[in-house]
Amino acid sequence: MTPDTPMVSIQNVHKRFGLLHVLRGVTIHVDQGAVVCLIGPSGSGKSTLLRCINHLEKIDAGQLYVDGELVGYERRGDRLHELKEREVARRRSEVGMVFQHFNLFPHMTVLENVTFAPTRVRGEKEGPVRERATDLLERTGLAAKADSYPGQLSGGQQQRVAIVRALAMRPKLMLFDEPTSALDPELVGDVLDVMRGLAADGMTMVVVTHELGFAREVADRIAFMDGGLIVETGHPSALLSNPREDRTKVFLSRIL
Amino acid sequence: MKPSHQGLHEPEQPESVEILRVVPVRHPGRWIVTALILVGCAMLVHSLVVNPRFQWPVVRQYFVSHSILLGLLRTLELTVIAMSVGIVLGVALAMMRVSPNPIMARASWCYVWFFRGTPLLIQLIGWNFISAIYPRISFGIPFGPSFVGGSANHVITTFVAAILGLGLNEGAYMAEIVRAGLISVDRGQLDAALALGLTRRKAMIGVVLPQALRVIIPPTGNETIGMLKLSSLVSVIALPELLYSAQVIYSRTFQTIPLLIVAGLWYIIVSTILSAGQFYIERHFGRGVAPMAGRPGIGKGMLAGIKQLALPHRKTTA
Repeated sequence: MTPDTPMVSIQNVHKRFGLLHVLRGVTIHVDQGAVVCLIGPSGSGKSTLLRCINHLEKIDAGQLYVDGELVGYERRGDRLHELKEREVARRRSEVGMVFQHFNLFPHMTVLENVTFAPTRVRGEKEGPVRERATDLLERTGLAAKADSYPGQLSGGQQQRVAIVRALAMRPKLMLFDEPTSALDPELVGDVLDVMRGLAADGMTMVVVTHELGFAREVADRIAFMDGGLIVETGHPSALLSNPREDRTKVFLSRIL
Repeated sequence: MKPSHQGLHEPEQPESVEILRVVPVRHPGRWIVTALILVGCAMLVHSLVVNPRFQWPVVRQYFVSHSILLGLLRTLELTVIAMSVGIVLGVALAMMRVSPNPIMARASWCYVWFFRGTPLLIQLIGWNFISAIYPRISFGIPFGPSFVGGSANHVITTFVAAILGLGLNEGAYMAEIVRAGLISVDRGQLDAALALGLTRRKAMIGVVLPQALRVIIPPTGNETIGMLKLSSLVSVIALPELLYSAQVIYSRTFQTIPLLIVAGLWYIIVSTILSAGQFYIERHFGRGVAPMAGRPGIGKGMLAGIKQLALPHRKTTA
C-alpha cells in the first residue's frame, strides 16, 4: 500500500432499502490520518454511508475501498464476488466503530467489554490484552471503572468505554456514528476530548456529527450530505462560514 | 454540603423548629381481609385433620415406600433428560429460525408447526407404537446399504419413547421461548459485535444469547416445572414414573385418594425446590442489570408484609 492510497475511497455508491433510495451515488475520499466530519439533516444517508464502510450494510452499486481493499467483495476479472463471512469479519476487525447508543455489552464488566474482541477475534493472550485495556482506560480517565458494569456508568463514561473497546483492536480507521447525540449536554465535552486526542495522534476518523464546533476545530474536511448525496465538501472554516450551495446554507442557518 | 449558586440560598435552620412525627395512613380493610383469609385457612386445616377419608396414616405409609421413591426417581430422570433435550433443541431451532439462511429458518418453522400442533399424548403413544410403522430402524444410505440397525422394539423402549415424546415436543416450545429471548436483545448489540470483527455465529453465542438468557430463563423455569408434571402423561404408556407407581398401588388397594395425595405432595415438593433454584439462576444472569426491587414471594416479601401490617410504625421510625 503506498502512502498515497486513501484510507477510505467511496466511488458512486448506491444503497436502497426496498423502494427507498438512501444513497444516490456518493463519492468521497478520506486520506490516511485525516478527520472527515459528515453533517446533514436526518435521513440524508450519513449513518447508512458510515455503516456501508464496514459492511454492516451491503452496497447495491458503486465501489467502496478501505485501505485499498474492496469492502465485502473481491474482484475477479470483471465480477465482484461476495466475500465469505470470515473474511468480512477479519476486515471489519481492522475498523473501529462507535455508535450513538454506545452498544456496550451490558452483561460484561467494562474491562471484559474491552478485552472481549482482542481475545475472541484475534486470539490474543489474556494478559497483554488486559494490560493494554487498563492502559487505554487509564488514559481516558476510566481506570476506576474497570470492574463496573456499563449500567452503572453515565452516558459519557459509557461512550468513552465504547471508544476504548474499539481502540483495543488497534484499528486503522475509526467510524463514529453521532457519538454525542444521546448524551446529556454536560457529558459531551469528555467524549469530544477523547476524540480530539485520537485525531491528534493521527487516527483516520470519519465522524457523523451535529457538533459543528467540534467539526470546525478538529476536522480536516467537512462533507455536507442531503438526500443521499454529498452536496459539498470543504475545509471546515470555508464550508461553515461560506457555504457555496443553497441547501448547505439552509441547513446551517437552521442549526446555528 | 456544597454552597449553592445562582442566588439560591440554603434555608437557615432556626433552632426552634419542631420535629413532627409522620403517622402513616391506616388500612382497616387489610385487617379485615387478613382475618377472613386466616379463618378460611383454619377451616381448611381443620377439615384436613378431622376428615378420616383423607386416610393420613395410609399417606404416611406409602410416602417413602420403595415403589413410590422409584417412581419419583423416574419422574426426575424424565424431567431432567426431556428438558435437556428440549433446551438443546430449542436453542438450535431458535438460532436456525433467526439465521439469514432461508432453508434453516423454514425447517425450524416446520418443526415447531408439527410438534406444537399435535397433542403430546398422540406423540407419546405414537413413539411407543413406532414399531407398528417402522418394524426395523436402521441408518444408512437411502435405497442403499444400511450401517447400523435393529428391531424398533429394541431401539425404542418405553423409556426412549417417553424421552422422545417429551423432549421433541418440549424442543418446539423452547424454540419459541429462545427466539423471544433473541429478538428481545437490542439490534445494536449484534451490530457492535459484528463491527468488532466477530462472525455472526460468535456474536450470537458470545453476545446475544447471554443477554437473551435473562428473558429465556423465567419461562424455562416455568417449562421445567411444567415438564415435571407433564411427565405424568407417560403413565399412559405404562412407564412406572411417580403417578403410574401410585396408580399401580391404588388399583390393587383401592386407596385412591391417599395415594394421589402422596404423588401430589411429591410433585409440589420438587416444584418448590425447582422454583428456589430458578431464583438463584435468574439472579446470576441478571448481572449488569438493576435487580428488581422487592420481589414479592412467599418468603421474605410476605413476612415483611405481615410485619408491616402488624407494626405500621416500625418503618418510619427505623
